[in-house]
Amino acid sequence: MSSTATEIAASEHSEAPDFGRLRADFPTLNQRVNGHPLCYLDNAATTQKPESVISAVANYYRKNNANVHRGVHTLSERATADYEGAREKLRQFIGAESTREIVFTRGTTEAINLVAQAYLRPLVSSGDEVLITGLEHHSNIVPWQMVCEQTGASLKVAALDENGEVRLDEFHRLLSDKTRFVAVSHVSNALGTVNPVGEMIEAAKTRGVPILLDGAQALPHMHVDVRDLDCDFYALSSHKMFGPTGIGALYGKASLLEAMPPYQGGGDMISMVSFEETRYNDLPYKFEAGTPNIAGAIGLGAAIDYLNAIGMTQILNHEKAMVAAALDGLSTIPGLRLIGRPRERAGAISFVIDGIHPHDIGTIVDADGVAIRTGHHCAMPVMQHFGLPATARASFAFYNNEADIERLLRALEHCRNVFA
Amino acid sequence: MDLNDLYRDVIVDHNKSPRNFGDLTDADHSAQGFNPLCGDELTVYLNIKDDQITDVRFKGQGCAISIASASLMTEKLKGLSVEDTRQLFGKVHSMLTADAPDIPVDEMGKLAALQGVRAYPSRVKCASLCWHTVIAALDKRATPVSTE
Repeated sequence: MSSTATEIAASEHSEAPDFGRLRADFPTLNQRVNGHPLCYLDNAATTQKPESVISAVANYYRKNNANVHRGVHTLSERATADYEGAREKLRQFIGAESTREIVFTRGTTEAINLVAQAYLRPLVSSGDEVLITGLEHHSNIVPWQMVCEQTGASLKVAALDENGEVRLDEFHRLLSDKTRFVAVSHVSNALGTVNPVGEMIEAAKTRGVPILLDGAQALPHMHVDVRDLDCDFYALSSHKMFGPTGIGALYGKASLLEAMPPYQGGGDMISMVSFEETRYNDLPYKFEAGTPNIAGAIGLGAAIDYLNAIGMTQILNHEKAMVAAALDGLSTIPGLRLIGRPRERAGAISFVIDGIHPHDIGTIVDADGVAIRTGHHCAMPVMQHFGLPATARASFAFYNNEADIERLLRALEHCRNVFA
Repeated sequence: MDLNDLYRDVIVDHNKSPRNFGDLTDADHSAQGFNPLCGDELTVYLNIKDDQITDVRFKGQGCAISIASASLMTEKLKGLSVEDTRQLFGKVHSMLTADAPDIPVDEMGKLAALQGVRAYPSRVKCASLCWHTVIAALDKRATPVSTE
């Protein structure tokens, strides 16, 4: 753990942490881009990594590199302890009952595909329906489309309103006797909308329909407790929450995971193999075929330690104030139109400027050292809903501050001057 | 990297007031092009007589670089032979992508304003979309061109 985060952990709990000092824990943030100090506002695409995460990954490769669950030698036992330790950290972080319910995957996308193929595909056929929303990232659309294509089931989509919120009347109307599964994002990557997942989960429960939450954009911004939520599956990505890329997890209720066939076959997911018969390993290993991303999991564990040291409630409060200030500032830019005005927002703000294509905005602000995302944000249906090919999106993390907002606003003024 | 080298006055002007913009109802050649990365879409229309481009128009939406590039291209292509158009495409492509291109400034004329794009690799597709589309039109390709 970084010294700053540790100090803060030791000293706080009475007062808010000094978020300005936390910035120093992130080496990438301490550089100049195109002659300007980096202003990183593309956190919904991926977050930067604190020194403690980078060290944890390097430490595994420098000192403990060995395969997990295999050898009796010392390094293998160390690697296994750290890998399984990361699983326990994640279990605690999201409030799961048991580490049996935490399956490491490559990320949110693989977690959703796992549920689509191993849980849903064997259960549905023609006449059955899968319900999603108009807010979804492609990774929470395409896996369900694939299952529908494979089985003859149909995909239903609860439409958005003009504010970029899911129309709950539509959601309730489409949730019917035919619905076999519901999959919704906890927080939208494109618009920042926080879905009313409590109400959605309750509605699905009432009908006995299992529900998956895509939590990729929620975990970096808020405290999540899967038992409080009472969702059946929760998918997440490490790199969106200050950990390494290429690792994520699926939380699933043990009773559901137990009933599911394996997703992929190979080593580690078996308890016994002969050419006549193979017995599958217990949870969660049944779903972890092959040597996993050991360093990635350990890095994710370090990221969770880092977040715990600050406190997710502190992060939520800090970011709420920052996003509100950013919205105020953006509303002063002439010709700027916010895309999506959800009542509850986390992380991301999408916008367009009259007469300037988002792609040009992205290039011009980059020349000022400001990194934002422009394009369809892997959510083309959201763009279609608003009749736009693309938007510009600024997305925040706890290490951003008022100066970043100032930099963004000045860079957007620069855009307007280029095209004046 | 100098931003003024990318968004030169001529590019800002052609983005604001694209030339030869709109339908060409009696076009004998046309093709569509898409840039899925940023959502740019263009349709290019051509009339060709005796192996010479007699008229060219385009429509669509995109960033300043893609609209200005298409506008500048249409100005350049009117009156050019099909073969010269194909050769010019090669020279434009080289100007946009080569490490140290030999840019025939006289022949390029205003197209040389696009040379600043070279310093921005993610924008090369924006500038070249219209050219890929016009070649598809010449080849009478039915499926839309995609930059991905």
